[in-house]
Amino acid sequence: MTKQTKTMNLNFGPQHPAAHGVLRLILELDGEVVERADPHIGLLHRGTEKLIETKTYTQAIPYFDRLDYVAPMNQEHAFALAVEKLLKIDVPRRAQYIRVIFCEIGRILSHLLNVTTQALDVGALTPSLWGFEEREKLMVFYERVSGSRLHANYFRPGGVHIDMPTGLAEDIDKFCDDFPKVINNLEDLLTDNRIFKQRNVDIGKVSLKEALDFGFSGVMLRGSGRPWDLRKSQPYDGYERFDFDIPVGKNGDCYDRYLCRIEEMKESLKIIKQAIREIPSGPVMTSNPRVGPPKRSEMKQSMESLINHFKLYTEGYHVPAGEIYVPVEAPKGEFGVYLISDGSNKPYRCKIRAPGFAHLQSMDYLIKGHMLADVPAVLGSMDIVFGEVDR
Amino acid sequence: MTNKETENLINLLKNDTKLNFQNYTSVDNFVVCLGETKNLYNNLNILKKSETFKFKQLIDITGVDFPEREERFQLIYTLLSHEYNQRIALKINFKDEEIIPSIVNIFTSANWLEREVFDMYGIKFSNHPDLRRILTDYEFEGYPLRKDFPLTGFKEVRYDPEFKKVKYDTVKLQQDYRDFDFESPWRGSEYIASEQKKVGKLKND
Repeated sequence: MTKQTKTMNLNFGPQHPAAHGVLRLILELDGEVVERADPHIGLLHRGTEKLIETKTYTQAIPYFDRLDYVAPMNQEHAFALAVEKLLKIDVPRRAQYIRVIFCEIGRILSHLLNVTTQALDVGALTPSLWGFEEREKLMVFYERVSGSRLHANYFRPGGVHIDMPTGLAEDIDKFCDDFPKVINNLEDLLTDNRIFKQRNVDIGKVSLKEALDFGFSGVMLRGSGRPWDLRKSQPYDGYERFDFDIPVGKNGDCYDRYLCRIEEMKESLKIIKQAIREIPSGPVMTSNPRVGPPKRSEMKQSMESLINHFKLYTEGYHVPAGEIYVPVEAPKGEFGVYLISDGSNKPYRCKIRAPGFAHLQSMDYLIKGHMLADVPAVLGSMDIVFGEVDR
Repeated sequence: MTNKETENLINLLKNDTKLNFQNYTSVDNFVVCLGETKNLYNNLNILKKSETFKFKQLIDITGVDFPEREERFQLIYTLLSHEYNQRIALKINFKDEEIIPSIVNIFTSANWLEREVFDMYGIKFSNHPDLRRILTDYEFEGYPLRKDFPLTGFKEVRYDPEFKKVKYDTVKLQQDYRDFDFESPWRGSEYIASEQKKVGKLKND
């Protein structure tokens, strides 16, 4: 008797709780072993790049919040830096520190969500409940500084929108004192957990060579052993002033990536504490009147300031013709903006380089030969958010 | 990257006989090289494999549309070298309907990036293993990032409760899309000076 083998096609998603959004994954299964995975993306495509071409530079910022919506300010950062480079303007020291603080808060927000939902995908419910409680506290910081919990629209080319309210720095500092305890609790639940390790160790392994070839960045690359972090290697906005380490994995599997994220949260806390300790006083927006809006108090007194304000928020500012690529180390990897300006008040082209796009591309390679139940584990450890993959 | 490193990189690029570029520019120490389509594959291959450059990561492929130019499209390949901590961009200009050699054999990450360019601009790649649309809907028509594609698109989707399925209709807008032109003479003293010059010229004529 000959053994009959037949592959079966399985549609994973687009509505699947472990797909982390709207991913349609067509899996070719031989029994329970995955032979091929074909991700169909674009179900959350909103045409961000096209929309940005029709908006002024100021109006474009909110679109960046909606890309990777678990760490909005990190995206805004890339765009703000790109515009600043084309405008050739400097950012006040205080604004840089505020940006660093909130970028690191964003990193913790993103890693908390990822680590805990990854655990949820492989069967541990408690971490996500604990993690979301902390995320709520962090989002309150977002709300206090920008007015909204998620879509901040806070970083602007030239600085940040407004200064931090009094008392916020102290509260963030206090959070940093309390948070390590939560990380330890999470680690108690997961790091040595037998089931968690069985589900993650040696799953979704990627060697350094492949990681480079697939264009990986961020934790996906560091998990495979390359200490590459743009905050260290190509520092922006004063990251060179801070003392922190880059956690690196050894085996490049899901478990190492989990460990990297846990350690990165601790490093972020270190950066935030330093920033709060050293933050200088002063303005938070560039004094260049072409870019920075006039003060409210001036507008009450001076007609010119009022006109300036009106023109800044209707016509916007003109950015000199040119093009630039500016990357930042977003929580998920290298997030970059390729900005082409034709000298008008709207970007001619704004290409968004999303780390998740490159990572998801390797799905077929990572999952080949694994069991069906490993698909959520691999997806979880890739840290996919469809806002940025689909754009 | 410092200015010196940028100069070094440009010199290395110029002196490498196997590479073929027409033009080098650098903005804020970001080097952009202009090349030809026929040399693209070779150039990228050398930049990746040569010991002097080691650009082992393809970060992104950006398409740009310039409808008024004869060579309508532009592709920008952004590369990164970890070893030398450098970035570089390769640029090619080409006409509509021209077919570009795929570089999936050099960089695996080019697969989806080229699919995206194909999806958004309709630029075709030869030898691509799987050139399908990627971000737009199944059976989508048109190339959304071309400048002549309207912002509102052509089709809209809605659920039809009567037939219990999703229906495609042509876009109906309650209000026309309004594109305000706020660009006005308010550009400060420089603008006034230049306007005055113009007026002066007219008077002299």
